[in-house]
Amino acid sequence: MEKILEIKDLSKHYGALKAVDHVSFQIQKGHVYGILGPNGSGKSTTLGMVLNVVNPTAGSYSWFEGTVNNHNALKRIGAIIERPNFYPNMDAVQNLKLVCKIKEISEDKIDEKLELVDLLSRKNSPFKTYSLGMKQRLAIASALLNDPEILILDEPTNGLDPQGIRKIRDIIQHIAKMGTTILLASHLLDEVEKVCTHVIVLRKGQMLYCGPVEEMNKNFGSILIDAVDKAALMRFMKTQDYVGSTEDQLDGFEVKLLKDVNTTQINQDAYNAGIVLSKLMFKKQSLEDQFIELTKN
Amino acid sequence: MKRLLDIEFHKFRYSRSSKILTIIYLSIVALMMLVGMIKIDFNGFSGSFSDLGIFDFPYVWHVSTYFTSFLKIFIAIVIVSLTASEYSNRTIKQNLIDGLSKKELILSKFYFVLILAVLTTLVVFLASLTLGLIYSDYNEIGIIFSDLQFIGAFFLGHLVFFSFCLFAGILLKRSAFALGFVAVWWLFEGAVNIIAYVIDKAYGTQVYDYVLHILPLNAMANLIKQPFTRIDLIGSSINQVTQGGLVFDYQVEWIDVASVLIWSSIFIYWAFALLKRRDL
Repeated sequence: MEKILEIKDLSKHYGALKAVDHVSFQIQKGHVYGILGPNGSGKSTTLGMVLNVVNPTAGSYSWFEGTVNNHNALKRIGAIIERPNFYPNMDAVQNLKLVCKIKEISEDKIDEKLELVDLLSRKNSPFKTYSLGMKQRLAIASALLNDPEILILDEPTNGLDPQGIRKIRDIIQHIAKMGTTILLASHLLDEVEKVCTHVIVLRKGQMLYCGPVEEMNKNFGSILIDAVDKAALMRFMKTQDYVGSTEDQLDGFEVKLLKDVNTTQINQDAYNAGIVLSKLMFKKQSLEDQFIELTKN
Repeated sequence: MKRLLDIEFHKFRYSRSSKILTIIYLSIVALMMLVGMIKIDFNGFSGSFSDLGIFDFPYVWHVSTYFTSFLKIFIAIVIVSLTASEYSNRTIKQNLIDGLSKKELILSKFYFVLILAVLTTLVVFLASLTLGLIYSDYNEIGIIFSDLQFIGAFFLGHLVFFSFCLFAGILLKRSAFALGFVAVWWLFEGAVNIIAYVIDKAYGTQVYDYVLHILPLNAMANLIKQPFTRIDLIGSSINQVTQGGLVFDYQVEWIDVASVLIWSSIFIYWAFALLKRRDL
């Protein structure tokens, strides 16, 4: 598998504050990565370092297996950091032309990318007249100009209204479908859950987890189970070896599972024990639950 | 180099304040060409500036470069605002993320400043040449193209000043602060000059001579010396002021040339070092 980015022991200290502390991970081609972490966990600082705008205190990183130097590697990348930065007096096309000059690519794709983010009709208005949503979309168009090998997005939906968030999310999903590698930093978990195959979890500058989404926590999800005779159900549950902690909720018992289960078998067993279930539902643990669990201590 | 200049001129082209200031600069230079036609009535003398002989070759090189030197503040504002606005709009960060290296970023600004210095020098050269051709009493090629060192000094003076402004813009990140810094620095050098002068008077030392060549703005100002006393000498009919035996040296001094060249490199290097060290 081709490595796009490799980070080794990267650290950034601001005096005594360890904004990023010995973070190491790899980005493989073709996956969609989410960087998760509460505010101030070092997501943006990490991205800033690999994007050549923040000087690392220690550690190293290399793009494309070290075959090109850093600023040339950045020409093959599309990145948006925090908020869109453009020249306020230039219009969309003039701003994008400048990006083409910096990236040393042809200007043919400007209209195509503006079309993709739905800005073609406003392409000749100065950047300063744009709404925040439009600015953010222009930033995405700009990041896509070179058909990047990896797209880096840092909080792309920050401060947008629901329509704006939906629009950006649709664009990201569209890009992910085309097979572009994406690195998405966000604290909005449903956003990450919808598109990411892999996650990197940071807390207070330290990396807690890096790997596929489904392996983040060793767990088997939970079941929601209910019967008319709750006491009998409770007694039955206590005899089963897959049952972990049980929570009595309004709509039934929420049971954490200790191993993989077959819901048909559970239903059969309960029936054999003389209990008729009124509800049985398998629930995968949400990314939010996993994340909270991982970062709580 | 072509790519970096292309990038920088793209930024310049779409900055309204830069365009306005450049137009003001060019209009003033053009206006000065018309000054020659103005009739003046002064001290019993009646005529136009051209009758003073200030547009005679080769004096015109000295006179016009001296007077237009003060206009470089307009171009300096352009440079400072273009540089500092990169910080306030955070486009400097975006440029780096898009794949410009920090070295290329400073180089593109330096090339831009260099070209601006060349262009302003060219404008003043052509304007002076035109003035001279219209008003000068001497039109031999040898005389026309003598004393051209003033044009060279004019270029160097602009280069060091523009580099200084570029450095100030990077250092302070806000145009107002950067322009203020340039002004304060200028006052500071003035204060140092006075102190040095006083010390020299009191102790018979020659600190003032050194200071005059070593500090950047001093060296810049000292490149092209005032031509007033020279005008008096050439303006035959107005020459009633006695010089009292004072000898003025009008020539461009090599030590100033060296000083401004060194300062220009230092300012550009400092700008690069600052950018390299900083987190954006």
